[in-house]
Amino acid sequence: MMRKHSKGLIVVALGAAMTLAACSTDGSVDPSAAPENTESAPAETAASNGEWFDQAVYDEQFEQRSASFEGDPATPWLQYIDGPMTDTAEWQTDEAMHACFANASISNPWRQTGFITMQEQLAVLQDEGVIETMEVRDAGDDDNTQIADIDYFIGQGNCDIYIISPNSTAALTPAVERACETGSPVIVFDRGVETDCATTFIHPIGGYAWGIDTAEFLIEHLEPGDTVVALRILPGVDVLEHRWAAAERLLTEAGITVDDYFTGADPTEIKSIITDALARGDVQGIWMDAGDGAVAAIEAFEDAGAELPVMTGEDEMSFLRAWQERDMTALAPAYSNFQWRTPLLAAEMIANGEPVPTEWVLPQTPLDADARDEAIAANEGMPDGHYALFGGADLPTYPGPWQDR
Amino acid sequence: MTAITGTRPVRRTRISTTAIVYIVLLGAIALSAVLVAAAGKSFFSAGTLTSVLTLMSILGFVAIGQTLVIISGSLDLSVPYVVSTASIVGAGIMAQGAAGIVPGVAAALLVSAAIGAVNGLIVTKLRVHGFIATLGVGLIISGWLGTSFQGSFGSAPAEFRLLGATTIAGVPLSTIIMLVCAGLAALLLHRTSLGLHIYAVGGNAHVARLSGVRTHVPVVVSHILCSMLAGLAGLLLLARTSVGSPTIGSQGGYDLMSIAAVVLGGTLLAGGSGGVLGTIGGVAIFAVLDHTMGVLEVNPFFKDFLRGAVIIVAVALYAWRSVQRRPPRFHGKGKEA
Amino acid sequence: MSALAQQSPWQRFVAALGTPSGAVFVLLVVLLIAASIANPRFAEPDQLVRFLARTAPIAIAAIGQFFVIVSGEFDLSMGAVIAAQVVIAGNIIGQDEAMILPGIALMLLVGVMVGLLNGVLTTFAKVPSFIVTLGMMLALYGFVRFLTGGAATGNPVDSFREIGRGLLGDVLPYSVIILVVLAVAAWLLMRSPFGHTLLAVGDNAVAARLSGTRTAGVKISAFVLSSLAATVAGILLVGYAGVHPSIGTGYEFQAITAVVLGGAVLGGGRGWVLSAAAGAIALELLFTVLNQVGTDSTWRPSVQGIIIILAVALGAVAWRTARRPPSVSRTDAARDPDPIPTPTPTPGEQ
Repeated sequence: MMRKHSKGLIVVALGAAMTLAACSTDGSVDPSAAPENTESAPAETAASNGEWFDQAVYDEQFEQRSASFEGDPATPWLQYIDGPMTDTAEWQTDEAMHACFANASISNPWRQTGFITMQEQLAVLQDEGVIETMEVRDAGDDDNTQIADIDYFIGQGNCDIYIISPNSTAALTPAVERACETGSPVIVFDRGVETDCATTFIHPIGGYAWGIDTAEFLIEHLEPGDTVVALRILPGVDVLEHRWAAAERLLTEAGITVDDYFTGADPTEIKSIITDALARGDVQGIWMDAGDGAVAAIEAFEDAGAELPVMTGEDEMSFLRAWQERDMTALAPAYSNFQWRTPLLAAEMIANGEPVPTEWVLPQTPLDADARDEAIAANEGMPDGHYALFGGADLPTYPGPWQDR
Repeated sequence: MTAITGTRPVRRTRISTTAIVYIVLLGAIALSAVLVAAAGKSFFSAGTLTSVLTLMSILGFVAIGQTLVIISGSLDLSVPYVVSTASIVGAGIMAQGAAGIVPGVAAALLVSAAIGAVNGLIVTKLRVHGFIATLGVGLIISGWLGTSFQGSFGSAPAEFRLLGATTIAGVPLSTIIMLVCAGLAALLLHRTSLGLHIYAVGGNAHVARLSGVRTHVPVVVSHILCSMLAGLAGLLLLARTSVGSPTIGSQGGYDLMSIAAVVLGGTLLAGGSGGVLGTIGGVAIFAVLDHTMGVLEVNPFFKDFLRGAVIIVAVALYAWRSVQRRPPRFHGKGKEA
Repeated sequence: MSALAQQSPWQRFVAALGTPSGAVFVLLVVLLIAASIANPRFAEPDQLVRFLARTAPIAIAAIGQFFVIVSGEFDLSMGAVIAAQVVIAGNIIGQDEAMILPGIALMLLVGVMVGLLNGVLTTFAKVPSFIVTLGMMLALYGFVRFLTGGAATGNPVDSFREIGRGLLGDVLPYSVIILVVLAVAAWLLMRSPFGHTLLAVGDNAVAARLSGTRTAGVKISAFVLSSLAATVAGILLVGYAGVHPSIGTGYEFQAITAVVLGGAVLGGGRGWVLSAAAGAIALELLFTVLNQVGTDSTWRPSVQGIIIILAVALGAVAWRTARRPPSVSRTDAARDPDPIPTPTPTPGEQ
């Protein structure tokens, strides 16, 4: 009897699989997930980045690149584009606050550098009596863990202010909304969430601006018909997808052939991809959505005896140094690492009852060859995984913690 | 039938291993309480209970299924991708609103079951080692997920999200469902002939077949149930995150962590012995440790180191005990080991 | 054995190609032809050598994993060992040429220690190797990143990186030389008494122990060899690509795939070491061909998944079919480079 039962199970399961093959296919063409801009985009572009290209946000960021920023250019982490402000008078306090920070992870050099800057900024604010303690929970790149972390903070009920660096955009939205419901101020930075309930959302201009800056640079230095290999870390993260969505569109429109790959930032993978691409034909340009691993890309050209490409990397020291040592045309866009200081300074402003920008857009300036030399000189002695625009040189503990990781 | 009962583990052995698991758990709680108190915080609070139970629930579902598969002598490395697939399928169908909840859940579980059936059939009919079969199926699914979905997909209606947000007297609803599943799995293992066959096949498939057990059935059924439980975990994650995600399963590392939890719970990796109760204990040990390390703000990299060390030390402890208790005739000089 | 002796060398060669350990070489040739058709430049000697240089680390890792698998165990800590060695190279050797030799010595020492620990915990503490090496993987990844704050300070000095990056006389990459030397050494080792014992232990540990073999020592040696192979792979990778904590990620599963593709049986006792290396090269070649014909790189895991299942399923059939000549005994199997199979242990079967 039992055997029959089990067999039945298998048959049912297999039958279901077949029905479901149809179901899940229906799901993937579900109109709710379809992008709004398909009609204007060429078929191939729509298929590869349609989900991530948002014309309105693109246009906004295009403008913001040349916008004027409020505040002192010497402290870019406090600059912002003029816009709506959140009134914070209700949270004004003279007592030192207990801050709760739900961090996505410190699993890459960009986040490691930023987190060091944040901790050193925290020490300053602790000395000043603004913040008493900051409790940090690290989600290890897992949405579920970060949701649990935020719920833990809410459950403890002693957070005077929430700081959240979301692991992913949509998945963390409900948890951030719950934090907002506690009535304490909530600061979101880096990746965003799909709610505007936060007191302030801090981020540099954004991925599209990165894509526009880099694509314009490549277009300027390349000819139509040239080939650009795009090295991307991983799919599905909005700040990274937007970079490529903008760059791919502009490069394709300029008649440049693009070939994009996911590398996981693994230099072995990067080197193999470039080596294969060079074996197929000439490569005139390299586009990266993050500079981590850029040196491996450059070395692949050298080892193959090919002419160095026109290249866009990032403000990571390894890339800046490799670029300086060689005669090559390059640009180092930056996803301003100094944004890790801003949340704590925003917390200070909130404690003072000062209004903060509802959407705090920080400057985001690519480094050209001149800026590169300045950046290298300013960051002498820093490890390769350090980011030039970390913005912590005026902190009292500089340079120790950044140098000895 | 008597022969099959004979291959079942001696009851005394299983209970004492499970007892050890819970002694370790109590030790972990005591140590955590001391460490947390030393850091000037309170361990025994409602927040702690909810946090630990929440951490337990998702890994719990996966580990219960993994227990069944491991007892039957196989292994399932495809669970993270089943978790992601279930969350995607569920979210895709539920995007239409509350009316999509039932079809969404049903579809997600059926797809999961189908993947489990494929795993089981590859293991039994094609005679591919469970490690390779499920590693391969997991890779196949991950390629499909990576190619077809970039970023989140679909959405869960508010009614379904309640599943992830509701707590009853501080106990999350998801944990209660997980414990019910554990109870059902324990009933299946100890009160049905299928359960006996799962132990028999995992203990010694050859003997089991000679005793008249159809050796393929328990393995296939274990795989189907394991995948369905992983599917449940995916649905629960969907309720918590509100969107389907192609990477949510791999983010949690549920493949290796569930196997570690099962073994931490005293189930033999080689199959044929162990139980769900121990697994829940193993999952709880991980949850308590993770919670405590979180409260103490242990460096995230050092957390990984400690997890690895705990796995090795705990399992070495069980193994050391079983070597100790082994009758001397297997050993020559019994006490030396 | 007598049946085989009567065959001509050609017949034996064809028969060997029919076994899973031989078939991988057929696959290798087919893929080479496919790659050359898809991209004629690929067939040029310098391109081929360059390709071989790139696959050397994974091929060496596969050789190391082979020893462990054939002894009936797993080594999941391989990727973490590679990552650890890469970071050690970056931090210990750094820009100081004088530190190259001490650095290499330290890396080898770390490799031996990890292997010893894996082996001792598996054999004496009776912890399944899957769990030991899984725990080791977590612990090692965590510990190295904890000590270094997540990343190394920078690439080690160029002269050290030449090992994985440079060419002998502008023609032959050092990594290819190292691969060939290690492959020959591994082949000789598997023909030595140690190799026979290793196969015997993997085939039937109880029988091997009863016949007086020191199973523990043999298995521990296998783990040490595996960790050392990972160490060499790490040295080559640091040269090839530079320092990055993500180097080595997934190498354990790729190495296991390669070993299985090379016809070795999980659970031990069967396989040919050179087929494991060939399996690694075939796998890389397959990815290259897919890349050349324009397959989306996101499909790569799926292809790897299908290949691994097919290889083992077909292998199981082939080993069962090849078992038919009843005259071949188990000892002969251990002595033959293409060992003759006995029933494959699979769950639900054994």
